[in-house]
Amino acid sequence: MNALKSGGCQLLLQGNEAIVEGAIAAGCRFFAGYPITPATEISEVMSYRLPAVDGTFIQMEDEIASMGAIVGASLAGAKSMTATSGPGFSLMQENLGFACIAEVPCVIVNVMRGGPSTGIPTQVSQGDVMQTRWGTHGDHPIIVLSVSTTQDCFSITVKAFNLAEKYRTPVIILADEVVAHTREKIFLPHPGEVEVIDRIRPNMPPDWYIPYEDTSRGVPPMAAFGEGYRYHVTGLVHDSRGFPTQRPDEVKGLMSRLFRKINQHFFDIQMVEEEATEDAEVLTVAYGSVARSARRATREARARGIKAGMIQLVTLWPFPRQVVEPMLRKVRAVLVPELNVGQVSREVKRVNQGVTRVETLNRIDGNLITPEEILSRLLKI
Amino acid sequence: MAEVTKLIHKYLRHHKKFPHVWCPGCGNGILLGALIRAIDRTRLEKDEIVIVSGIGCSGRLSVYVDFNTLHTTHGRALTFATGVKLANPKLHVIVIMGDGDATAIGGNHFIHAARRNLNLTAIVINNSIYGMTGGQYSPTTPYGSLATTSLYGNIEQAFSIAELAAMAGASMVSRGTVYHTKLLDDLIEKAIQKRGFSVVEVISHCHTQYGRRNKMGNAADMLLWQKNSAVRMEKARTLSHEEMKDKFSIGVLVDRDLPVYTEEYGKVKEMAKKAMTQMR
Ligand SMILES: Cc1ncc(C[n+]2csc(CCOP(=O)(O)OP(=O)(O)O)c2C)c(N)n1
Ligand code: SF4
Repeated sequence: MNALKSGGCQLLLQGNEAIVEGAIAAGCRFFAGYPITPATEISEVMSYRLPAVDGTFIQMEDEIASMGAIVGASLAGAKSMTATSGPGFSLMQENLGFACIAEVPCVIVNVMRGGPSTGIPTQVSQGDVMQTRWGTHGDHPIIVLSVSTTQDCFSITVKAFNLAEKYRTPVIILADEVVAHTREKIFLPHPGEVEVIDRIRPNMPPDWYIPYEDTSRGVPPMAAFGEGYRYHVTGLVHDSRGFPTQRPDEVKGLMSRLFRKINQHFFDIQMVEEEATEDAEVLTVAYGSVARSARRATREARARGIKAGMIQLVTLWPFPRQVVEPMLRKVRAVLVPELNVGQVSREVKRVNQGVTRVETLNRIDGNLITPEEILSRLLKI
Repeated sequence: MAEVTKLIHKYLRHHKKFPHVWCPGCGNGILLGALIRAIDRTRLEKDEIVIVSGIGCSGRLSVYVDFNTLHTTHGRALTFATGVKLANPKLHVIVIMGDGDATAIGGNHFIHAARRNLNLTAIVINNSIYGMTGGQYSPTTPYGSLATTSLYGNIEQAFSIAELAAMAGASMVSRGTVYHTKLLDDLIEKAIQKRGFSVVEVISHCHTQYGRRNKMGNAADMLLWQKNSAVRMEKARTLSHEEMKDKFSIGVLVDRDLPVYTEEYGKVKEMAKKAMTQMR
């Protein structure tokens, strides 16, 4: 295929197809999924792309099973992924928590549709932002990235795998129906040009391996099943050897390390794109397909003499507070347009602590927020 | 060293994880013994074996054995096992589940794993009850039995796990008990050696939660109950439905050769690779 020609190539791809290309470029070799609009194309393309690169695709009996299978595959050494939409993502929550506590790298794509329940399967929404943060029970950190263009679908998917491997954590990609189904020109780099990060494997003799050891990075090396390091993996709170424990110091040790390994690498994980923020007086904070409308609105507002700027959030969780907070102090007002009743705006307000005026622009009718809608608010703000 | 001590030293995490959590007399311990004896006979390396378990008293087994061990979520052991096996088909994956684990919350995964026919070994410990949560009725609790959630007698009909697995398409299905330990060792060994999805239903006892409430006596009494209720498969086939009432068959129920998933997928890979080169 063109994609494999040296020097990269240009293609016309759908977001969902670009996610597959990104995953394969990042080294994904196992995919388990269950069909669901608007994510189905990811399964379909994976089903013929993966076996061609010696990977494995399987259609499971449901999304609970899909999530279980990708965790199992990752423990056996394969980079793994699943893709779904709201109803399926709800079913994945329990085994997603398993991946968090057992520190199993994997990538979960949620192509959002309107909800709750079956909702509006074929329409765009951003209603799952908080679910990605808190969907599985219990305290846990999580990494969530959002995509707004087909090019993002490729490059952010690669990043998602890299972060998953680096920090031994599940990473969720939030896409939406518009990004997933829009066909646009995309540049696919030559596979050799893509930065790919692999999990750190143990290099000590098996007897010395402590599978959940607290290292300075907070991320223990990970052995694959069958490599000679026989160890125990469990969803129970465990000690550094992986065995269940209820000793308060060991419980606290594990839980704190899970948070620390993400928090201390915050700057590596936090990704945003800024547009005209240097002298901005009004700021738009947007993500996903809405960021495309926001970018256009920002440029048009500038053309009309308004000092508008925007921050596009690529990392949604952990919330990129270090970038957003100083900007909130600099500008006169902030607008957060999103396709829900206010999920990221809630986080912006929390970080803001009442300092700057935060306005919201919400659409929950299954349609995208247009550049005109954002522009008219920017003109009035 | 006595043979049994050798096995204990070789296969159990004896210096790390004992004493175990099970009640004295629980059938889970007997199954654990049968499992390591059977594995020893297969001569497989410890590194090539993965034990995957679900949640329940039965699920705790994985922590005690010195293999690659994976203690998953309730009912989902087979889904994790599917991923492990497909990512590295050279591994021998043995899945341990309870009756609630495998046929209530995990019922869907159970029938689909059997239908798909991956080369996995599934051992279901059927003690007729939810042991770990304190004795609620499960899909294998007999009609009329008492449980903490059926104080007036269970009004649901029980699954027969082995028959369910056979109907769902497993390559090999057998049933044993923790009383008939020699047979159990054989059945587990056969199941591990079998190419394709193999299921061993292990009739066991939870004297603590089930026996006590249903006046079946202590652990020894319940072993006697297994002895008296079990009929060898060959003989059972000659008995009428009436004669088999309150009895169950033990032995190999099904042994057949069906296309194995990993081999079939190997063909898919070849075809996909060929198609890709043609597209280039
Ligand atoms: C999703 C979920 N629901 C409920 C439970 C609680 N739970 C733990 S073990 C168990 C039942 C175990 O019974 P069984 O599978 O028969 O195994 P046994 O304990 O008898 O070996 C239940 C309901 C759980 N852990 N997870
Ligand atoms: S409660 Fe029942 S199944 Fe659980 S350990 Fe005790 S006897 Fe065994």
